[in-house]
Amino acid sequence: MNKTSNKFRHLVWPLVSLALLLLFNAIFTDNFFKIEIKKQDTVKEAVQLPSVPDELTVPAEEAAAQAEAAVEAPAEQTPAAQAPAEQQTPAKEDKGVSIFGYYLYGTPIDILNQGSKVMVLAIGMTLVIATGGIDISVGAVMAIAGAIAALLISLLDAGNCPGASMGPAFYWIIPVIAALALATLAGFWNGMLVAGFGIQPMVATLVLMVAGRGVAQLITDGQIITFDNPGLVFLCNGHALFLPFSVWIVVSMYVVAGLLTRKTALGLFIESVGNNERASRYAGIEARRIKWLTYVICGFCAGVAGLLAASNIKCADSNNAGLYLELDAILATVIGGTSMAGGRFFLSGSLVGAILIQTLTTTMYMKNVSPAIVAVPKAMVVIIVCLLQSPVFRAKVLSIFASKAAKGGVQ
Amino acid sequence: MDLLQTKGIEKQFLGVKALKGVDFSVKSGEIHALMGENGAGKSTLIKIITGVYPASAGTVYFNGKECKFRSPLDAEHAGISTVYQEVNLLPDLSVAENICIGREPRTKLGFIDKKERKVQARKALARLDIDINVGENLSSYSIAIQQLVAIARALDVDCKLLILDEPTSSLDENEVKELFKVMKKLREEGMAIIFITHFLDQVYEVSDRITILRDGQLVGSYDAKDLPRIEMVAKMIGKTPDEINQMQAGIVKNTKFGDVVYEAKNIGCTGTISPVDVSVRAGEQLGLAGLLGSGRSEIAQIIFGVDPHDSGTMTMCGKSVNFNSPQKAVKAKVALIAEDRKVTGIIPDLTIRENIILALQASNGMWKNMTLKQQEEMAEKYIKLLRIKTPSGEQLIKHLSGGNQQKVLIARWLATNPKLLILDEPTRGIDVGAKAEIEALTQQLCGEGMAVIFISSELEEVVRDCDRVIVLRDRKKVGEVAGEDISLKNVMKLIAG
Repeated sequence: MNKTSNKFRHLVWPLVSLALLLLFNAIFTDNFFKIEIKKQDTVKEAVQLPSVPDELTVPAEEAAAQAEAAVEAPAEQTPAAQAPAEQQTPAKEDKGVSIFGYYLYGTPIDILNQGSKVMVLAIGMTLVIATGGIDISVGAVMAIAGAIAALLISLLDAGNCPGASMGPAFYWIIPVIAALALATLAGFWNGMLVAGFGIQPMVATLVLMVAGRGVAQLITDGQIITFDNPGLVFLCNGHALFLPFSVWIVVSMYVVAGLLTRKTALGLFIESVGNNERASRYAGIEARRIKWLTYVICGFCAGVAGLLAASNIKCADSNNAGLYLELDAILATVIGGTSMAGGRFFLSGSLVGAILIQTLTTTMYMKNVSPAIVAVPKAMVVIIVCLLQSPVFRAKVLSIFASKAAKGGVQ
Repeated sequence: MDLLQTKGIEKQFLGVKALKGVDFSVKSGEIHALMGENGAGKSTLIKIITGVYPASAGTVYFNGKECKFRSPLDAEHAGISTVYQEVNLLPDLSVAENICIGREPRTKLGFIDKKERKVQARKALARLDIDINVGENLSSYSIAIQQLVAIARALDVDCKLLILDEPTSSLDENEVKELFKVMKKLREEGMAIIFITHFLDQVYEVSDRITILRDGQLVGSYDAKDLPRIEMVAKMIGKTPDEINQMQAGIVKNTKFGDVVYEAKNIGCTGTISPVDVSVRAGEQLGLAGLLGSGRSEIAQIIFGVDPHDSGTMTMCGKSVNFNSPQKAVKAKVALIAEDRKVTGIIPDLTIRENIILALQASNGMWKNMTLKQQEEMAEKYIKLLRIKTPSGEQLIKHLSGGNQQKVLIARWLATNPKLLILDEPTRGIDVGAKAEIEALTQQLCGEGMAVIFISSELEEVVRDCDRVIVLRDRKKVGEVAGEDISLKNVMKLIAG
């Protein structure tokens, strides 16, 4: 009993914060928890209607905010970005997979879909931070992954690339693999600088943070490449088993990461290296290799997040894809209870942290807070969460209450 | 009139009672030894007196007034200075900066007066008769000098009570003598000194009074001259003097040796250690003796692959090997319990269980994961076997006392079932009871056919336990004694040259 309660203690404060935020929305935001079961066809019609139904305004604003960031994105993209992927898919596929015919629709679902990028990033970030490191290049790596995927898909569409003969229904696999491979390579590079050459993690990953967007620009030749390949678009716009497909990507990645760290000794080694690297080496752990591996995993996660980001807006925007998302990922990790000093890590905590951050962002948009000042209320909530987590702060607050109570008792 | 007095001090950590109502007092102008086994509560008591922890119950009186120090700085301002067991200084700052940190002399404009700082630092060190370049980085000096700098820093404050927590554990004989001279001088100046050590001789050399703690309780305070040594030990570990005599007589050297387990020819590293031959047989305990910095630990580090070697060859069980990383050594069933427990031993935020299984898991690799049940069984087994004092294996290792941490580290390596076990200062900072346990354990392991390399600053231990002793001086092997020839006199002669 005691053991299990210890195991989940780190989750208490993030969950409390999330619950408070949801409670706020339940009271002050209309239809926040309204979830509908939709059939693909009806949605298609709904979108095509000139007047947008109530529950669709949220994602539209989200997309609008994103489109706003993508300065050069064509104006028509706003409605297109939030329309379900099935709209673009050929009719035959629509009919062929009837199990995908129904899905849930509503703000909570949208939060999970939009938050998928940070949730995926937080996996890798948690492992890197647990070794006592940090990776601030993940946003730029996302841009690289998106860029290479968009470039290859455009080449394939034009038939200029081997593999095009598979047809658009399958050849999206090539850009996906290429993007993941390139992002993993970026992680390998970071790991080499940090673990191989002993450069401080912040400095080592700063290199790619700055240079990465340049690399992405080189890949796309400075253009924003749009695409409409059904497979690629499906990643962040499609649905499966009632939920957005991206949610299933997140779920499967957390399951794999959980198994990898807790069903093998990797988790123990990471925590050991993060807590006392030298002693870990003396105990026979290949500390450098463990650190290196976490950066590779982090790069892979950034690749997945990059694909999701590109898929979401159906284009690769080297300047804005994943911009500042490394900060959200770090924040999610810290909110989840993993210490920046390294050591113990909590993947489940990071997941809750990522959901908390996305809920916050979505709440802002729903409350019509202008994107320009969204960071301010967001920062305030983050400070509150961090204060709640700080034992020093809690003790101070408790002692104030205790002394007041004591004074009351005397009177 | 007592300068410091504590009444009914209690302290609880996560359900473990570390102190159970301790009354303790120190007078001005006396050296008061605070004795007890690991986990008896000495360090905890000191930390409560100096404001590191708040007490769960009880009061501290200093200078006749009730005091509640909120931090060590608070206590320092009141006149209580402490030098902790571990050197708590900043290695990358200069000696002068370390001594004056937090109370730098200022110029008229409010800037730090660097010249004056050096003068003050030199003055503080002169009180200890040390003459070193105070502009150098602290890390460029030996641990012994660093320890003395820490003491100089403590003395620099206008202090009435000086607490020395294991100040001599890294000092050699001459340095200890120097320190004692200083302590006696300070006593004459009217300062009160609380002295914590595990070296029994040292207690009698300088102390006026002795207070003994056991399991968080006060056993009693005695005048040093009225308390025979054997009785003090008996009170510390809660046994009768007769029982202790039996324990010490109980060490029987193993005499049946097997094949050579490890052999190194001419291994050395330029600038660290001149080439030496080291070989050890199954069931044999090989001692490395010498003064601090004579190259003892360096040999251990090279054998274990932590440090590189640039000459020589190694064989393990007849096969040629080259340990250039600890991983290789661990896989070949070599174990090293290194000197600095805090830096190279424990993983503080992991549990005892995780610390115990770590080396075994590392040699198995990450894919062959031990189940939680297997881990718990293993932890349970070693907690019992080595009598590690803890409520459970799920306790974080950082909450254990030094001696129990050391036992966990021994458990970590025994779990890997090593063929060669290297112990570098395993008894440093450990009490008599645990020391005897560790000595008995190594003998037992030898009896089971393990080869052991034993490094210790305490020559008595080396002489008592080892079957063969390699003596080192100035990073060179200067001799080797074996069997009947091993005696304190012979070893000392070789060390002195």
